[in-house]
Amino acid sequence: MINFEYARPADVADAVRQMAADPGAKFIAGGTNLLDLMKEDVERPTKLIDISRLPLKEVRETPSGGLSIGALVPNSDLAWHPLVEKRYPILSSAIQAGASQQLRNMASTGGNLLQRTRCYYFYDTATACNKREPGSGCSAIDGLNRMHAILGASDACIAVHPSDMCVALAVLDATVHVAGPKGERTIAFADFHRLPGDEPERDTNLAPDEIVTAVELPAQGFAANYTYLKIRDRLSYAFALVSVAAALELDGGIVKEARLGLGGVAHKPWRDTGAEAALRGRPPGEAAFAQAADMVLGGARGYVHNGFKIDLARRAIVRALTQAASGTPQSQSSKKIA
Amino acid sequence: MARIRDGRNGAAMAVPAKVPVTLTVNGIATRIEVAPWTTLLDALRDHLDLTGTKKGCDHGQCGACTVLVNGRRIVSCLTLAVMQEGATVTTVEGLERNGALHPLQQAFIDHDAFQCGYCTPGQICSAVGLIAEGRARTGEEIRELMSGNVCRCGAYTNIVAAIQQAMERS
Repeated sequence: MINFEYARPADVADAVRQMAADPGAKFIAGGTNLLDLMKEDVERPTKLIDISRLPLKEVRETPSGGLSIGALVPNSDLAWHPLVEKRYPILSSAIQAGASQQLRNMASTGGNLLQRTRCYYFYDTATACNKREPGSGCSAIDGLNRMHAILGASDACIAVHPSDMCVALAVLDATVHVAGPKGERTIAFADFHRLPGDEPERDTNLAPDEIVTAVELPAQGFAANYTYLKIRDRLSYAFALVSVAAALELDGGIVKEARLGLGGVAHKPWRDTGAEAALRGRPPGEAAFAQAADMVLGGARGYVHNGFKIDLARRAIVRALTQAASGTPQSQSSKKIA
Repeated sequence: MARIRDGRNGAAMAVPAKVPVTLTVNGIATRIEVAPWTTLLDALRDHLDLTGTKKGCDHGQCGACTVLVNGRRIVSCLTLAVMQEGATVTTVEGLERNGALHPLQQAFIDHDAFQCGYCTPGQICSAVGLIAEGRARTGEEIRELMSGNVCRCGAYTNIVAAIQQAMERS
């Protein structure tokens, strides 16, 4: 691994101050993605600012009936937190669909948001990659692109965001709390991650000198009608080809509220509010679900190796909405798809 | 701080001094001096001669380097030793008690839950963590929560049986 300096800040303000003073520095929390990228020479920080001991490990109820999740809460603790399992089971399920238990024990909430794509070319410093080396080109567009984006991609980058947790946070309308030299601010989850456009090196709208301090969930958790359905090349411990987070609020046989998010298909967790709106006011069923799926995938574009993901996503959306409507969420241990 | 020339960009850079790290490893208070970029895995193997913990992929994908830190299973290749200052670490060498094998070690022997054995220390440490978590009951749940430990000999059936035996007796 490369050589670097190591520092342990006293508090969030100190962490922000140290980051502002050193443009080559990086925050490290769980380290599961950053250290891996450093071993591959993709990330080359001159200094690691170890924030893992900062007091951001609390999960607490908010006055508005929601939940505030400290940025350093490990993924495994969050997935198994009693309030999350009870009120936001879609988040619990999505977290358990990702990585391995060892990694979930290490990885932090904030770090999950900030993990980088697993595009093979981003990881391979011998190849061109606009995300790693702006202006060098995209090797994936005409290369091996089985895992890559079908929605929202650009000519500069067709990488996907790898997180499962973030797909659930997107449909739950989470808010990201951040701190920086100018103070604190909040970012709506939909605005946190970016599409690649012509700046694929920017994954998020977090400024380089800002730090994620918490993720806040609103009160509505969709605990009765939800699912997280993840389709991948092996049954566990693999990134999604397509994943779907579906959450419904049903009222007298009619969809009152609908949330639909996809993972593995775009540079960010893919919410389609148009498709959600089209589901509202209708009886849950095949006709409404198929129409929603068609709306989500209307603008989809496949490449040489990933064209199959468009049909896969369409079927996964219908299946996920069916699971959500019938109150039979996908189990993350039994792999049978209900 | 010594100054050396960095091979990649030719610029002189300051090399941070080695840092002291205090750990309790297998019940023994331990103080080592490591460079900041030393992973916990390399510290265990190269500084403490605890070579039971294996380096497989070194990228968090295989689970061979699984150890218990403060009672939780993690992959020791993806954390820095310096980040674990003050932690309690248990490796496969620390599982036996007064010469008696840990129930999981005995169960792996009873069920022939390995062929080459390279993944076994990680499998066993991971299973200790799994049982402590108390979430897995069925074979399916064990398989899902052990999916971070790869066995290229394919001894999975016997690994699950060994873990089930240890769970029943714990």
